[in-house]
Amino acid sequence: MKGASLAHIVLVIAALAAVPLLTASNVVLNFLVVALLVALVGQGWNVLAGYGGQYSFGHAAFFGTGAYVTAILQMRYGVNAWIAFTLGIAGGALVGAAIGALAFRSGLRGSYFALVTLAFAEVLRILASVAPVTGAGVGILIALDLRPQAFQFQGRVPFYWIVLTLVAVSLLIVRLIEQSRFGAWLVAVRENEDAARAVGVDTARVKLAAMTISAAITAAGGGFYAQYFLFIDSGIAYGPWISIAALLAPIVGGIGTVFGPLLGALVVKTLGEIAKLVTGDAPGLDLVVYGGVLILVVAFAPQGIAGLLTSLRLRFARLRSSPPERAHG
Amino acid sequence: MLSLTILVPAILNGLLTGAVYGLVALGLTLIYGVLHIINFAHGALLTAAMFAAFFAHRLLGLDPYLAAVVLTPMFFVLGYCLQRFVIGPAAHGEDRNVLLVTLGLAVVIENMLLYAFGADTRTINLDYAFRIVDLGIAFLALPRVVGFGVVLAVTLLLWLVLSLTDTGKAIRAVAKEKLGAQLSGIDVAHIYAVTFALGTACLAIAACLLIPTYYVNPHIGNAFVLVAFTIVVLGGMGSVTGALVAGLFVGVVESLCGLYLGESLGQIGIFVMFILVLLFRPSGLFGERA
Repeated sequence: MKGASLAHIVLVIAALAAVPLLTASNVVLNFLVVALLVALVGQGWNVLAGYGGQYSFGHAAFFGTGAYVTAILQMRYGVNAWIAFTLGIAGGALVGAAIGALAFRSGLRGSYFALVTLAFAEVLRILASVAPVTGAGVGILIALDLRPQAFQFQGRVPFYWIVLTLVAVSLLIVRLIEQSRFGAWLVAVRENEDAARAVGVDTARVKLAAMTISAAITAAGGGFYAQYFLFIDSGIAYGPWISIAALLAPIVGGIGTVFGPLLGALVVKTLGEIAKLVTGDAPGLDLVVYGGVLILVVAFAPQGIAGLLTSLRLRFARLRSSPPERAHG
Repeated sequence: MLSLTILVPAILNGLLTGAVYGLVALGLTLIYGVLHIINFAHGALLTAAMFAAFFAHRLLGLDPYLAAVVLTPMFFVLGYCLQRFVIGPAAHGEDRNVLLVTLGLAVVIENMLLYAFGADTRTINLDYAFRIVDLGIAFLALPRVVGFGVVLAVTLLLWLVLSLTDTGKAIRAVAKEKLGAQLSGIDVAHIYAVTFALGTACLAIAACLLIPTYYVNPHIGNAFVLVAFTIVVLGGMGSVTGALVAGLFVGVVESLCGLYLGESLGQIGIFVMFILVLLFRPSGLFGERA
């Protein structure tokens, strides 16, 4: 399959950037901010699982670390919000590197890797729910300070542009990976780890690097969440919901593709909103829809929406090119 | 140091809790041993079974131990259908897909229960729930002692089924050598579904044992399933006796951690143990080698 070109990325980001010029509706903007946030977190998961084949069920560990570091540094140590946000990304990357080093050194693969990432996220969640520094069960409220230098804004538009920028950066990173030698190694690990090692790929290091990048991207999502909602607790930051959102978006959109997470996040969030509209805001129903979509996509469209589009395009191409082929035969 | 009068009851209570953990883990390990998949829907199915037991009592006035007789076959059928018609076909034979499909099932089941019944925590009142057994050195809750006995009986029964019946032999054949089993005329898809059904039936029994002394809410299964994962890994993935022994062990560890560190950190002890075992002995402490 052909990768996404730079022009595609510029085009998509430009189209999304035009939205606030067309509408000032808070509902629309809020929907898009959350969808883009999910796209960002999902892009992180996509790096590790889509390209590297390592399915993590605990990306909440990185999201939560990004969120908590951002919030704690500001509220407990008076650090500037932007610096705290940057350190939150670094913190998430560090946690990713640490978990990755442990898991990959022990040679954990497949289900075992999924289990151990899940367990790490749960340990962090329980620790965050009792430790005083995280505000324990109460959570942390970031004090209202509506100034740009405090990473807080009056309206939603600046937040929208910031999360869009983050998504754009993540798209560029993934495109860079896709075209690099590192990306080729990563895909080799996904397709056949033993064979990759046999031809000289340092699989443990490649996986570790992928996990660190993956964690950093997801942690950026966590830090942004903290600034946007100004409140986190252990259930939000380290809860299973974000681990599921992180994998659902790329799987629905197209796993191992540049645009998959973005596409998937928009589709999934739209379905969730429709479910809410149909039934009235009942708790749980949007998640029922998400789980159902996950099963259906795995069953009927394992390559996600991107895969469906590709096969459709191939079919059209074949239709158009088939008459001359017949003439030759 | 704590005295023996506190320590011994804590250990005994840990064993009683551990037995039920063991039963939950038994279903998980059986499925892993044969299908080589980790069933992430296990916890959600346990929650569903606990709700079923709860409403059997609330609406039909059925005693939980009586309900087990009805619910176990029902969950057997449910498990069979799930594997035969949902997980099996959706997975296309890829392990990664199975992870995702069972995760999706977990999300669907858990949140349907949340949607239908709300997040409230529910309990049932039984006159025998507070009856105690006096062992001289410790007082133990009667329902938990009964549960311990039932778990041992179920494990024995399962072991007999696996070693004596034709289906049991087929299950073991598929676990050992899937292709060979298929070549000798065993319907692998059917055996997979039967195994999944047995694992799910274990959950129905566990639910009926838990409900007299425990509570139920839509997220309750998660608390058990991570413990069950720990037990399964500890006991050696796929080992039935390993699951039971590891279940008892984890029950005692949790009880002692809770005693020394407090309730919420008691769980940390389990997870840390889980991670350490996964990292350093993924084949389990006292199981067969994976």
